[in-house]
Amino acid sequence: MNVKKADLVIIGGGPAGMAAAIEASKNGIRDILILERENNLGGILHQCIHNGFGLHYFGEELTGPEYAWRFIDEVHARNISYYVETTVINFGPDKTITAINSQEGLFIIKPRAVVLAMGCRERTRGALNIPGTRPAGIYTAGLAQKFVNMEGFMPGKSVVILGSGDIGLIMARRMFLEGAQVKMVCELMPYSGGLNRNIVQCLEDFDIPLRLKHTVVAIHGKERLEGVTIAQVDEHRKPIMETCETVTCDTLLLSVGLIPENELTREAGIIVDRRTSGPVVNDCMETSMEGVFACGNVVHVHDLVDYVSREGARAGECAAAYITAEGDKAEGGEIQITAGKCVRYTVPQKIVPKGQKNIRLFFRVTDIFRKVKIVVKANGETVFERKRNKVTPGEMESLEIPGSILNSPTNVNELLVEVQNIEEGQ
Amino acid sequence: MLEKKTLICIICPVGCQIEVCRDDDNIRSISGYGCKRGKEYAISELLNPVRTITSTVTVRCGEHQVVPVKTDKPIPKHLITELMREINKCSIQAPVRMGDIVLQNVLNTGANIIATGNIPVLQQE
Repeated sequence: MNVKKADLVIIGGGPAGMAAAIEASKNGIRDILILERENNLGGILHQCIHNGFGLHYFGEELTGPEYAWRFIDEVHARNISYYVETTVINFGPDKTITAINSQEGLFIIKPRAVVLAMGCRERTRGALNIPGTRPAGIYTAGLAQKFVNMEGFMPGKSVVILGSGDIGLIMARRMFLEGAQVKMVCELMPYSGGLNRNIVQCLEDFDIPLRLKHTVVAIHGKERLEGVTIAQVDEHRKPIMETCETVTCDTLLLSVGLIPENELTREAGIIVDRRTSGPVVNDCMETSMEGVFACGNVVHVHDLVDYVSREGARAGECAAAYITAEGDKAEGGEIQITAGKCVRYTVPQKIVPKGQKNIRLFFRVTDIFRKVKIVVKANGETVFERKRNKVTPGEMESLEIPGSILNSPTNVNELLVEVQNIEEGQ
Repeated sequence: MLEKKTLICIICPVGCQIEVCRDDDNIRSISGYGCKRGKEYAISELLNPVRTITSTVTVRCGEHQVVPVKTDKPIPKHLITELMREINKCSIQAPVRMGDIVLQNVLNTGANIIATGNIPVLQQE
């Protein structure tokens, strides 16, 4: 068997993986190998040709490919090795990675540390159980985006989009600009899952209707899609059949959620959080397996690539520290972070206390709330709070908690994050 | 006539809600913006709305069929359809490097269409 050596292997060469590799390199790790399934580094960014990337990370507005090239150029400048068109087929409990490509054949690597950065994939029609025939013309929004933006062809002429997440909204605009008739965007929930700015600049700018509380209940057409039946849904998200209407279209794009791609993670026996579908991580982005770190959309689905890059850098920095100080493990228990009232999940899910400065916490809320405060409690006592005018499940919230609250004299063993109303007049 | 309008800022993902009070072409008050750029956006959105447009341009003899492009500054919103026609009319020879100008001063807006990706020449095997 072809055996390779590396100190740090990064699975996935998208924004998370590249940020991790660069940061590990900055922290003195020389022997890094990125394994990438596609034929170039950059991941999904290459097909996200719209702008709006990089405002947080670089302080300027970039398109997806421009953002990707900033990192690709740095990977090259730092002489970080990578294999493209390489698939990891097994990740063992002892950190052994089995991978394959057409140049090297089958090979194994047993690195000292691993960063998981496999990203996520789209939910498909099969996950929704929409009844009807199975004609051509039904695509996930991301696949259609690849067709239009990278292959240069249009998947259809008249389009209905199901799901108002950001990819759905971006594709509504893209298809419209390329001459398609975009009939409507249907959203099951009473609110859009996308950013407000995308509702404005992708739908309102082009008078594309957004039908909230609507879903597709039937698909028509034999060879090619001929139309869909849509219906309003009640408060339990069940279709109200009296409200059915048929919309003719030759294309249905699905933007109905993303699933972190954690087959390798599960195979290795790493603990996966059911709420995020990603590995449970601590504030070092380390998973339940020692020396295995994770970052980006494989941990939880992000709205902004800027946050992915920041998380990737954190994982890379901590993987480097792990390699440099191998055997020198931090002592002391872990602090659990609990998602309290109106909070669906937090990332990280736990903290290893060792004199941290600040801890960046990401979380999502369960519903839309206005005029609230985000409260952090340590052992039941409020230790930190921040006001928010509006929080929505579609927008990931982030908090920077001062490390000092962990270094208090009393031993903290649980942090609870919850949303509280701000009483009138206060 | 005094008119009140609520805008959602599209400059960054925060999406601030901005309240603007205008009297024909005179803006009387702006509130709710989170930064200087938000205030500028609100003024521009009322007086002369502009957008940065991204699309793709056909590449000849490249590793990919198309290269992503953008306007290097925002263009008036009412010119978007016409701009798309101009973009779809043109093609470019590989290699294409990020920042290459594909169309200069498009529709006399002062904006150029520039490449936002790198497309190498297709190597024949």
